[in-house]
Amino acid sequence: MTKEQKIMLGHGSGGKLSHELISSLFLRHFQHPALTAMTDSAVLNLPEAQLAFTTDSYVVDPLFFPGGNIGRIAVAGTVNDLAVSGAKPMFISAAFIIEEGFPIATLEQIVTEMANEARHAGVSIVTGDTKVVGTGKCDKVFINTAGLGSFHVEFPPFPGQESVKPGDVILISGTIGDHGMAVLSARNELPVQSGLESDCACLNELILEVRKASSRIKFMRDATRGGLGTILAELCEKSKFGIEIQYETIPVRETVRGMCELLGFDPLYVANEGKVVIVAESSDAQRILLALQNHPLGKDAAIIGKVVEQHPGFCWLKTEYGSSRIVDMLAGEQLPRIC
Amino acid sequence: MQYIDEFRDREKIISLVNRIRFESRKPMRIMEVCGGHTMAIHRFGIPSLLPGHIQLISGPGCPVCVTDRRFIDHAIAFSRQPDVIITTYGDLIKVPGSSSSLEREKAARADIRIVYSILDALTIAKKNRRKKIVFLGIGFETTAPGTAAGIIKAQMAGLFNFYVLSAHKVMPPAMSAIIQQGVPINGYLGPGHVSTITGSAMYEFIPDKYNMGVVISGFEPLDILQSIYMLVRQHEANQPKVEIQYSRVVRPEGNSQALELMNEVFELRDDWWRGLGVLPQSGLAIQQKYADFDAEKQFNIEIEPTREDKACICGDVLKGIASPADCRLFGKACTPTDPVGACMVSNEGACAAFFRYRKTAAE
Repeated sequence: MTKEQKIMLGHGSGGKLSHELISSLFLRHFQHPALTAMTDSAVLNLPEAQLAFTTDSYVVDPLFFPGGNIGRIAVAGTVNDLAVSGAKPMFISAAFIIEEGFPIATLEQIVTEMANEARHAGVSIVTGDTKVVGTGKCDKVFINTAGLGSFHVEFPPFPGQESVKPGDVILISGTIGDHGMAVLSARNELPVQSGLESDCACLNELILEVRKASSRIKFMRDATRGGLGTILAELCEKSKFGIEIQYETIPVRETVRGMCELLGFDPLYVANEGKVVIVAESSDAQRILLALQNHPLGKDAAIIGKVVEQHPGFCWLKTEYGSSRIVDMLAGEQLPRIC
Repeated sequence: MQYIDEFRDREKIISLVNRIRFESRKPMRIMEVCGGHTMAIHRFGIPSLLPGHIQLISGPGCPVCVTDRRFIDHAIAFSRQPDVIITTYGDLIKVPGSSSSLEREKAARADIRIVYSILDALTIAKKNRRKKIVFLGIGFETTAPGTAAGIIKAQMAGLFNFYVLSAHKVMPPAMSAIIQQGVPINGYLGPGHVSTITGSAMYEFIPDKYNMGVVISGFEPLDILQSIYMLVRQHEANQPKVEIQYSRVVRPEGNSQALELMNEVFELRDDWWRGLGVLPQSGLAIQQKYADFDAEKQFNIEIEPTREDKACICGDVLKGIASPADCRLFGKACTPTDPVGACMVSNEGACAAFFRYRKTAAE
């Protein structure tokens, strides 16, 4: 395909053009027997009976940003949703909604990134779909991925929120807010050159290392939209326990802090695409921290707080100078302040 | 982070807190009149550091909150015109008008764009010569010079498709009205950004006429605590005066260039403030010589009758005589996701700050 080629409505018609696009682009990059057989469904063999199943749609503006593109997020996001449930990610579907006129070369860049990320994470893209909509009906390209994972006998699903008790510790796998701020500075509307890269990454390997180090993990979640703050507020909402986090222990890059100060944002609510929040029994805190820090994706990991009996239902942030405040869920988008 | 971490230093904060606790005897109610202060006070948990007899209350310092619902209705009516692009600071888009909001109009395909500065709005005007670009001018002396500069730039560049709808206001009349309307306070935490432009002289009438101190404060924990400490000392010695704590930014004479720009483009008019009513000479209208850029004069559009929610007590909250928790809508019918009153909308609004950071303050 030449560089100038653009997506046309015919590419989604199900006819000859669709066929060409699928075989010359998607199948070339996503090579798996279940996919290349071109049947209506992928027929899969799964080793164990207990499964995890998830789906997510990805709309990112801009499509390309420092540290990744929409394709990378579409794979990593779904892989991470499986991994934080405790499952081993196995298979992924990929469905594209493409705007008429979208350059095929750009689509190929996205697809290449998806194939690389999937290979890297050890998952196979086994089924997919393409639809083309008229100009203006969608913003360039939207991607939906669904993921299927299985549980190994040794690593069952995490016990979950109900098992969390006062005394448990809370860890984060690294610096917060990198993705949100990288995307924001990549948008044309903000004249900031930050050199910041998105943290977008598949966390399944890191999570497996942590599981090998400790069997006393109770809860995991990847802190994506809404940020770390929203996850913690959600975790204790309607619970019999409260959460206390220590401000100074939360890892935040200087660039992210600086940009947040400039815009009046709170890094606690800025999006991540490669960070996991872990709640575990305190006896294993150091082992988990070490396992995280020994992996490149977890080198900035830290213990940031604990589960407490006080103020049930609420997460409090404490500062080293003795003040405290509530961490609530983010309502809507964070908007820059007037003055 | 340089220039920030110094002002969050643990030892210095603890020592200031101890000094305040040691020297403060008389009960005190300190009002902040800057939305940035409201946010910082809650974000850094300042109230949790102070002795019980020092109370911090939020005044009319959030530009979004004091703005008339009619202004939003006006902007909504403009946004429904086929050839209009509305450009606005982010805070405004969620504010409810009488029957809609800019956010809802945006979802209904109105062309509404969030900008970080009026210069972005000018760029949009340059790129869309066939459209009419309306910039929603909101804020106090902090943002008004920027708007003035934008209008002058538009004139120089011949951008006659650019208009400003001005809800700009000036701060001193509101500070005076608060005292005159009997709100019990003992001192003002002076607005840091406003004073950067205006200087400190315009507050001299407050100690002179009302025997009350003003300390112009910065926005970091140490700034705010030091300002509170300065107010405490004034109050204990019964020597109210205007002082500048934020001296690394604020000069007594202000920013003369910015003030000249403001005077060149705007003129004072009587204006309506939520909670305070009509205050004489408190709003900034665009002068006749710049009428070409005045959206109020250039658009002849019918605007729906203004309706306010009667149960909303934003007015009393803005005056500091009611706490957000006193409102029966607070946290129930009125939340940051679905706000009724303007104080819940803006990040700087007292209700939003209260909801986000202290909703279990009673515990």
